[in-house]
Amino acid sequence: MSASTQEINNLINQEYKQGFVTELETNTFLPGLDEEVIHKLSKIKNEPEFMLEYRLKAFRHWQTMKSPEWAFVNFDPIDYQSISYYSAPKRKEDGPKSLDEIDPQILEAYKKLGIPLDEQERLAGVAVDAVFDSVSVATTFKGKLKDAGVIFCPISEALREHPELIKEYLGSVVPITDNYFAALNAAVFTDGSFVYIPKGVRCPMELSTYFRINAANTGQFERTLIIADEGSHVSYLEGCTAPMRDENQLHAAVVELVAMKDAVIKYSTVQNWYPGDKNGLGGIYNFVTKRADCRGENSKVSWTQVETGSAITWKYPSCVLTGDNSVGEFYSVALTNNYQQADTGTKMIHIGKNTRSTIVSKGISAGKAQNTYRGLVKVLKSAENARNYTQCDSLLVGDQCGAHTFPYIEVKQPSAQVEHEATTSKISEDQLFFCQQRGLSAEDAVSMIVNGFCKEVFKELPMEFAVEAQALLGLSLEGSVG
Amino acid sequence: MLSIKNLHVSVGDKPILKGINLEIKPGEIHAIMGPNGSGKSTLSHILSGKSGYTVTEGSATYQGKDLLEMPPEIRAREGVFLAFQYPVEIPGVSNVYLLKAALNSIRKHHGQSEVDAMDFLTLVKGKVRLLEMDEKFLYRAVNEGFSGGEKKRNEILQMAILEPKLCILDETDSGLDIDALKIVSEGVNSLRSPDRSFVMVTHYQRLLDYIKPDFVHVLANGQIVKSGGAELALELEEKGYSWLEDAEASA
Ligand SMILES: Nc1ncnc2c1ncn2[C@@H]1O[C@H](COP(=O)(O)OP(=O)(O)OP(=O)(O)O)[C@@H](O)[C@H]1O
Ligand SMILES: [Mg+2]
Repeated sequence: MSASTQEINNLINQEYKQGFVTELETNTFLPGLDEEVIHKLSKIKNEPEFMLEYRLKAFRHWQTMKSPEWAFVNFDPIDYQSISYYSAPKRKEDGPKSLDEIDPQILEAYKKLGIPLDEQERLAGVAVDAVFDSVSVATTFKGKLKDAGVIFCPISEALREHPELIKEYLGSVVPITDNYFAALNAAVFTDGSFVYIPKGVRCPMELSTYFRINAANTGQFERTLIIADEGSHVSYLEGCTAPMRDENQLHAAVVELVAMKDAVIKYSTVQNWYPGDKNGLGGIYNFVTKRADCRGENSKVSWTQVETGSAITWKYPSCVLTGDNSVGEFYSVALTNNYQQADTGTKMIHIGKNTRSTIVSKGISAGKAQNTYRGLVKVLKSAENARNYTQCDSLLVGDQCGAHTFPYIEVKQPSAQVEHEATTSKISEDQLFFCQQRGLSAEDAVSMIVNGFCKEVFKELPMEFAVEAQALLGLSLEGSVG
Repeated sequence: MLSIKNLHVSVGDKPILKGINLEIKPGEIHAIMGPNGSGKSTLSHILSGKSGYTVTEGSATYQGKDLLEMPPEIRAREGVFLAFQYPVEIPGVSNVYLLKAALNSIRKHHGQSEVDAMDFLTLVKGKVRLLEMDEKFLYRAVNEGFSGGEKKRNEILQMAILEPKLCILDETDSGLDIDALKIVSEGVNSLRSPDRSFVMVTHYQRLLDYIKPDFVHVLANGQIVKSGGAELALELEEKGYSWLEDAEASA
């Protein structure tokens, strides 16, 4: 017999393939957060004085703030004193100079994740910054990038080597006062990637950062800053995984992008943090602030995300369209299964004239999961002839999950054109039976239908990522039909 | 090929098929006619494995195996094909993608390798021409925005490519215009072979003018109340069903 609704619900039984733990000697702070911890953090990272001040200011502000409650997610209050704010694999004083000095266990861990850091096995044409818990452990292809004038390094290194760029741009898109998690991140961020593409340079390869949480009871607070100077181009990819644990772990990141005149930034994410088990135990709390400032005329920023992991996702990659004729895009696939919760979307703030934005959001819910799209399109008085097109589709697998859409639109400029389309559909038993009658298994049928549903977003991903994303969706839905 | 014995099927507590007996040999064409609601689609569904029905009595044996025990995708891979009365739409999945996935799953079941991309395209384009369809349909999402007749023609395209052994056509003719009926019938006729059998559910003699059946059965109130040769359909066209129902009631 074909899959009934009951069986569809039973099918949700996913396996998380990146859930292993690497046993390592680490240097880990005791849990707890106060000004002393921030002093220690800044010291261990050898930061310039201005950074310590920046952090302390953020921390003091954070203490006056409250955890936001408006998102459509449920979780117990987080005890910030029970988290450790720094954990790094032990290593030589001044960090590894070459791959030979990196702990083989770490190399092995990345290899298992399909991200070889090894010279010969590297992904051709993709430079990788590997962030392991609180530190960057390796950055590949640095030399080749340097020849092109591109700076691609851990942000902790940029703080020491390029303080003038940090001073000018850090917090210029997401200020420390922006929101609760952004303030916390500004106070305690440990590492992340820094990218600077000079004027007129087309980055010769894809840049990517692979974030890995390994240690228990730690939070990962990473910070990414990408600056594309006039007329430059860059495509950046981000991937994330974590071990399977029964406790929830906090990941509170901030990503800032700055696009100057005629610059183009393409930022792609495949987020596969541990989602918790099928009863909703464990998993990562993924509370992230991502924002781009299209500062110059004709600049363009394109966010593409495939979110399949995390127990809770709270994330709105946004574009502030400051420059005239600038373009912002957001393409998203968010899949929630079992007890996962996602409240994700984007904000497009139109300030400059003739600014354009496109939003394509595909939410898929299976199991008992809740999936929310929340988006804001704001057109200021100054944004003459601004245009936005939003398409927001939800797909339900089974009948115990939920999909919700909260589009907010604020228009102050009468010449603006804002379009919004939304649909909700369900994989029906008739569709499944039809596919089975043609010889496909129910699982292959669901996977085919879901991939078809996400097609418009997948075509925005760089090739290697698109393949990975499709496979990941299939895996995340494993067990979602009988 | 197919042997149905005393088959009783219910939905919930409601009996719908009440003792069907039917023998279909390789190469034969059986037409099934009967009033609305008599159980024709139910029979098609139960043979192809749709869930939601309960077999309360009887059996169906396909190529020596218990058909009712097999999962629907296995029946399909073993050669049972249903051309749906109401084909569903699958947004985002192109026709050509579905066809390839279906063909490969069937080939895999028979221990064959995946079809070569070029061979596949040649095969598909040939069948598209046979059914006088526009190649653009291949790249459109399955049945999405297709007209009623286009959907029916698309079902026959799938059948022509998958080359099943037992083809069940549930009212494929309804919704087709006069020219399309002719084209689709020619498509079906081109698939006739000594080892392929057809069960054609239809309300109209017209289809049978093009595809000549070996047997005609009348299904009424969950039972086959009369069987005969091609001439029975002509008689039905003239007299309707009431004389049979009356005969059954008085029997
Ligand atoms: N899921 C169901 N729940 C309740 N009754 C059903 C269900 N499926 C079928 N039936 C009933 O069973 C009977 C037979 O339906 P079926 O669709 O097989 O008829 P049919 O002969 O194909 O009719 P038509 O010529 O109109 O296509 C009808 O009375 C129908 O209402
Ligand atoms: Mg019917």
